[in-house]
Amino acid sequence: MFWSQLDRVMGYYPVLLKGITTTVSLSLIALLIGVAVGFAFGIMRAGRNRPLSYLVGLYIDFFRGTPFLVQLFIIFFILPAIGIELNAFTAGVVALSNMAACFIGEIVAAGIAAVPTGQTEAAAASGLTKAQQLRHVVLPQAVRIVTPSLVGQFVLLIKDSSVVSAIGLLDLTRSGWVIVQSVPNGLLVFAIIALGYFVICYPLIWLSRRMEDRGQAAIL
Amino acid sequence: MLLNLNTRVMLEFLPEIWQGFLATLMLSAAGFAGAMVLGVIACGLSIQPARLLRAPAVVYIDAVRATPLLAQLYFLYFGLPRLGILLPEMLIGVIALSLNSGAYIAEIIRSGILSIQRGQVEASISSGMTYLQRMRLIILPQALRPTISPLIGQAIVLVKDSSLLSLISVVELTRAGQRIAVERFMPVEGLVATALAYLVLYYLLKLLAGLWSRQNRLPGRA
Repeated sequence: MFWSQLDRVMGYYPVLLKGITTTVSLSLIALLIGVAVGFAFGIMRAGRNRPLSYLVGLYIDFFRGTPFLVQLFIIFFILPAIGIELNAFTAGVVALSNMAACFIGEIVAAGIAAVPTGQTEAAAASGLTKAQQLRHVVLPQAVRIVTPSLVGQFVLLIKDSSVVSAIGLLDLTRSGWVIVQSVPNGLLVFAIIALGYFVICYPLIWLSRRMEDRGQAAIL
Repeated sequence: MLLNLNTRVMLEFLPEIWQGFLATLMLSAAGFAGAMVLGVIACGLSIQPARLLRAPAVVYIDAVRATPLLAQLYFLYFGLPRLGILLPEMLIGVIALSLNSGAYIAEIIRSGILSIQRGQVEASISSGMTYLQRMRLIILPQALRPTISPLIGQAIVLVKDSSLLSLISVVELTRAGQRIAVERFMPVEGLVATALAYLVLYYLLKLLAGLWSRQNRLPGRA
């Protein structure tokens, strides 16, 4: 009974494969865009320009304070209404990268704030311009501080990407949902799906823990 | 204007949004209560020296942290009937939320306990305190204080996560917003109203965390 059902689930391996591919590619694209935009957000948020910092803070708060599912629906429904045609994958990428950018922005802002002020002062005293201070002194140190959190953030991103199944994208979670319609064993099907996520996420969790331990060791 | 929101429709559906808001509040509260219980138990087990006690807690914590809530939710939703356990969707949702947050709460409490310096325990032993006195007066107050802010953070995550229950047809805030979207063909109004309601909860919890950390600055920190 169990083995025959496992056999049937495995017969759906093209669906599973498609699901894993979607989950991984979606998360990777969102990570790349999220890091780029997130650093821009973080720099603006930590910057001296008060109104700009406040506006970015408000934007970040909106996306940190609402569920990803609601954000996804809003993007999926609103953008076509203002004339931007989106397919489900693009909507997923936009929503996921946007949320990633907001969380990473907050992390980067905290990382920049954690760089001692003496560093900026010394850089200014050496005659570096504002942009040079940021590029050569502040950011390199901030990057080292935030890297473990960024790895942790990537795990959250992969897990949050499962929500895109709600707009019909065939990701790993959705492939489980599809398979369970014809192999009526939810425990087995979703245990396999969960295993898929575990295999992707666990090494990353391990890595971020290790980096955090190392980081602390370096400070002490 | 980017969005011409029809505020009249939003006001008209205020009662439904309010109902959804209350439902989300109750589901989250129930989920958080369950998560605290699970978290304390899992944390208690995970710091035991005996491997036999520690192993199940570690497996539980890692399994939850490495898989998405939605997959866990579907696992229970499609899996429990298979075991002959038929529960209402709402209860399945609360169980999933508790199981999920419980693992994170276990980690939060654990780091609180591990943050206590050995000297504190040794000093209290040499002052002649009993085990209970030591726990009550020295260890727990110090262990629990740094956990409050992360616990409020987890509560924020849980409130947002509860929106996934709409996918197994539990009627809460997100579902209420969707209903407005479908009945009135006004997806934007329904969803924006929903988002604003979530923001109310978010800012309330954030305010609470801010008040707490202002009142309880850890000694030696700015």
